[in-house]
Amino acid sequence: MIFTFDFVILIFMVVAAIIALNVKDLLSASMIFGIYGFLICLLWAEMGAVDVAFTEAAVGAGVSAVLFIATVFNTKRKSSD
Amino acid sequence: MEQLVEQILEPHFNFWIYVILMMIGLWAVIAKNNLIKKLIGLSIFQTAIILFYVSLGVKEDATIPIKKPTPIEYSEKAYGGEAEAKGDYAAADKAPADKKTDGKTGDSKKKKKAYEKINPDKIANPLPHVLMLTAIVVGVATLGVALAITQMIFKEFGTVEEDEVLKVIKGGGQDD
Amino acid sequence: MLSKVFATIAVVITGGLLLYGVYDFPSFGDPNSPPNAGVEGGADSVSQYFITQTYNDSKVPNIVTAVLADYRGYDTMFETVVVFAAGIAIFCIMRSLGNANDPAKEKDEMHSFTHGDHNRIIIGTTCRIVVPIVQIFALYVIAHGHYSPGGGFQGGVLLGASFILLALSSDLNAALKRLSEKNYFALAAIGVLIYAGFGLVAQFLGANFLEYGVLQPLLFTDGPEMARSHSMLGVEIGVAFTVMAIMFSIYANLSTRGTLKNGL
Repeated sequence: MIFTFDFVILIFMVVAAIIALNVKDLLSASMIFGIYGFLICLLWAEMGAVDVAFTEAAVGAGVSAVLFIATVFNTKRKSSD
Repeated sequence: MEQLVEQILEPHFNFWIYVILMMIGLWAVIAKNNLIKKLIGLSIFQTAIILFYVSLGVKEDATIPIKKPTPIEYSEKAYGGEAEAKGDYAAADKAPADKKTDGKTGDSKKKKKAYEKINPDKIANPLPHVLMLTAIVVGVATLGVALAITQMIFKEFGTVEEDEVLKVIKGGGQDD
Repeated sequence: MLSKVFATIAVVITGGLLLYGVYDFPSFGDPNSPPNAGVEGGADSVSQYFITQTYNDSKVPNIVTAVLADYRGYDTMFETVVVFAAGIAIFCIMRSLGNANDPAKEKDEMHSFTHGDHNRIIIGTTCRIVVPIVQIFALYVIAHGHYSPGGGFQGGVLLGASFILLALSSDLNAALKRLSEKNYFALAAIGVLIYAGFGLVAQFLGANFLEYGVLQPLLFTDGPEMARSHSMLGVEIGVAFTVMAIMFSIYANLSTRGTLKNGL
């Protein structure tokens, strides 16, 4: 573990989480949620949890963002908040 | 300043951020109006908990939990060559196979002699990784169920905003 | 709004209590903390056994794979069942949606650029080249999961993602031609059955459910350790089947509202 690396990524994660929840366009929110997943993947690789990082890179940054986009495609793209 | 980082920030900073992420997720689940936003908040909540579990297994100066212990004879001759090591494995395998009815004590003694001892403090704790690895995959499957229900709500009510759905339900709603 | 005020109050109280509780935690990265080393005066943490004894027990260097497929086999088996059940649930929900006639739905701006234009030639060709490489890498991840990061879950998700990529880049039909609905649900069930089958065969040979050591005469290995190692590979293949099929089925159903036509 390297503290500075942790520090920077955790700050980025909080920023990404807040932006993903506050952006009005749901397609953008889904994409920023994918970025959030990728940042977590980096954090886990740095903590030594390589298997978890691998899974998160495939699932969090890939599949779950695609599933969100599929739902946004079939519902409304605009959000009220 | 350096002391501040080492004494106060470093031991608990990660846990503070996990709590903050968890609370961001919880706030979104309670207060956001859009159902998809609620689901994003739920996912953030979930990842904060998974982060917490994985960080319990972190050890300072430790490597990843993939370790093949070297046979002791092999490690003593610093650069012995690959074939010799393989011979050792085969010998160690065959010996217990002959007298397998005898029980496991002799078996494990043989193995302990053959390999160097691993220091557990230098390898990250694998148990939280295992638990969380399955939790991530199950998490995406259940997220799929939630998204399917969201689409069902959209078909039924024509919207994914919580207050509009509530208005339709309370006002008697449409015919179906 | 009132709900936001209440939400803020609840979140501030909960977060404050949790932040207060954090001060009693062992510091981050402490090798002697209770989860890593066990409680003071009590027994050692079980993770110490896993780290020191896994290679002796099963000849698998990747401790995570060994714990996942062998020591905690029940857990992983029923996680696989949960994934399978979630896939079935999504299928049921979306199919009931798809059969009813769709209400006229207002077109978003997204729809305008998703329907056939010639940008798709470049994207489609590139993805058709990439997909086999992704699949071969996924098979490597499954087969080499004992020695490097990877295993059934990761490889299965990668295989599923390769089919999703095919569906995204060209058309859902192109992916369904290669892996039809009948086939992927059959694969999902076969995956669970492979996993449970390894446990049942061990039971017939007189050991406990999922105790792979007794499979040694069936797998023609040197000792029970190698039998455990090979059984783990078989179990991971089962997991990969289920996860691949269900990931693709979730995407196929969600993106088309269960009709499996005119996807994203």
